Amino acid sequence: MKNLTVSFKGLFSRNTETGSDPLTVLINKEVAAHIRSWRFIVLILLVLLTFVASTYVSSANLRNVINNAQDPDQAFLYLKLLTNTDNSVPAFHVFLNFLAPLLGIALGFDAINSERNGGTLTRLMAQPIYRDNLLIAKFLGPLIIVGTLLSALILFLIGGGLIATGVRMEPQEFLRIFGFVILSVIYIGFWLSLSILLSIRFKQAATSALTAIGIWLFFTVFFPIVINLLVHAVLPNPNYLSEAQLIKYNEVILNLLRLSPGQLYTDATTTLLTPSVRSLGPVSMEQMIGAIPSPLGVRDSLLIVWPQLSALIAATVVCFAISYYIFMRKEIRS
Amino acid sequence: MNDSIIQLSGLTKRYGALTAVDNLNLSIAKGEIFGLLGPNGAGKTTSILMMLGLTEPNHGTAYVCGHNATRNPLAVKKKVGYLPDSVGFYDNMTALENLSFIARLNGLSETDAQTRSVDMLQTVGLAHVAHKKTATYSRGMKQRLGLADVLIKQPDVIILDEPTLGIDPSGVNEFLLLIKQLSREQGLTVLLSSHHLQQVQRVCDRVGIFVGGKLLVEGNIQTLAKDLLNKEGYTTTVMLQSADDLVLQAVTADLEQLPGFQTMSVKGSVLEIQTTADLTPDIVRTLVTHRADIIGVQRKEYSLDDIYEKYFQENKNTLHTNEKFNGFFQRSFFKKHRDRI
Repeated sequence: MKNLTVSFKGLFSRNTETGSDPLTVLINKEVAAHIRSWRFIVLILLVLLTFVASTYVSSANLRNVINNAQDPDQAFLYLKLLTNTDNSVPAFHVFLNFLAPLLGIALGFDAINSERNGGTLTRLMAQPIYRDNLLIAKFLGPLIIVGTLLSALILFLIGGGLIATGVRMEPQEFLRIFGFVILSVIYIGFWLSLSILLSIRFKQAATSALTAIGIWLFFTVFFPIVINLLVHAVLPNPNYLSEAQLIKYNEVILNLLRLSPGQLYTDATTTLLTPSVRSLGPVSMEQMIGAIPSPLGVRDSLLIVWPQLSALIAATVVCFAISYYIFMRKEIRS
Repeated sequence: MNDSIIQLSGLTKRYGALTAVDNLNLSIAKGEIFGLLGPNGAGKTTSILMMLGLTEPNHGTAYVCGHNATRNPLAVKKKVGYLPDSVGFYDNMTALENLSFIARLNGLSETDAQTRSVDMLQTVGLAHVAHKKTATYSRGMKQRLGLADVLIKQPDVIILDEPTLGIDPSGVNEFLLLIKQLSREQGLTVLLSSHHLQQVQRVCDRVGIFVGGKLLVEGNIQTLAKDLLNKEGYTTTVMLQSADDLVLQAVTADLEQLPGFQTMSVKGSVLEIQTTADLTPDIVRTLVTHRADIIGVQRKEYSLDDIYEKYFQENKNTLHTNEKFNGFFQRSFFKKHRDRI
């Protein structure tokens, strides 16, 4: 404390014209903090690894797939590049079904509680910013990062494909692929908002991370098993059912499975990336007759996935709304 | 008071059955250094949080800089700098980055934030470590950085919650002097909460003693001491070379004639005389006329410690019944007791 006599008040006139918006400042800080963290480097490596593995397999297998005249989607080279696999390694969108929750949880599980444990939350809240600005920054910051990461990867794939094959890209392929990116970001957003909710609820970052992983495991591993058990216990033996009844029960089972966000994401990505998928439920013989096995337009595919998309957005919004409600009323103490 | 910058009236906060802050009325004038004193769990932090709008009071209002802190916390936070008791910084950022982040949250442009942060770091004497990550900072350095962080928004009021906690004595001195100097230079109003009396005594214009959610007394330290003297009476201790019974008897008889004399106790050759008025000169005169050999006279002065102790003791009983876990023991104990009866 050498320069005790330095007077600072009035040295700088308050700059009103070029003041910065608190939300932008917060988001900038979030993005910077994430990018510099080890956690993010590990996540990027993980995503890169799966991307490279699945792309390598699919490009090696590309020639066979494109020449397969039986496949109605054979013309969509870039979609094939993204989805086809020789079954040794899952396709990228299947990988992402596992990785997205991990990304969301890893980027959000300590959003609020680490600030509180570090004593920075009180300091932040003592600044003239709205509380929701912090929550929104915690949500948007990681989403911007993830969105950039996925877009970069996909553009890299498209560029690589263009150079390697020289095949022109269909506009609808582009739309589908970017629909897939947006969908994935929304799916990650769901897990992110869930983990932010848990980070507000639990004081320890470890507890909130474990709970989030628990929820994820429940939906990926146990939920189908539980549904399966339930179906066997409650529904009648399929051998004694008429076809119409069977279809109806199948629909019920599928809808139950769709309570899991992972299932919604799988449904939506499959439809978006495979233009020939016309229905996500069972299709009867009557419906099949007369149908030409040809790819659907982007609009039709979007129509099919619309319920899934809205459900994912709704789930995200619900989690965020609960976080918002808890956080706005919460007493901030260190 | 018209020029009071912090005006609390009837502020009450309950957590379930526990009343953390009970009907707090307080007004702090502009440019004053006010010390909020009290033991741990007295409700100091809760009161501060209510002043900043970080906690909603059950009753009452808090006006800071003319704004209602509960309804309009943003306006209050623009004017008030708050240093929490366990201040933390982003460990992976340097001190400069931490500061300019806060400056930018207060609406400064990037270049302004940068220059002001550099200037603030100079003010608190951390310029030489400005580019080090705050993870490497010691507790005292963090506290200074916290002060810079509070001052960077050019506040009218600064609220410091236990600012001296965990700093070594010389650091405390420096820190408090810095606060005092800044307050005087810029006309800052400072609200300081602490349970360290001596430290607060040195810098505060006025103190309030806060126990069990209630503000027991407020005023400057001299007034408080005087109040206590009037309440407690004066104690004069006289040391004699030797205690002669005959002399003592005569002295006692004479002293009892003095108006305001209460009791006298003799311990060996030390006399302790309690009076309601300040009788020290009269006592000495009486002893001298009786040819007692005085080797020392001491009039008891009340320090903040005594004041604090006094008010703290008075409220210990109420405090105990307020404690959360006590309810459980009492319940089970009384239940058994009642069963037996």
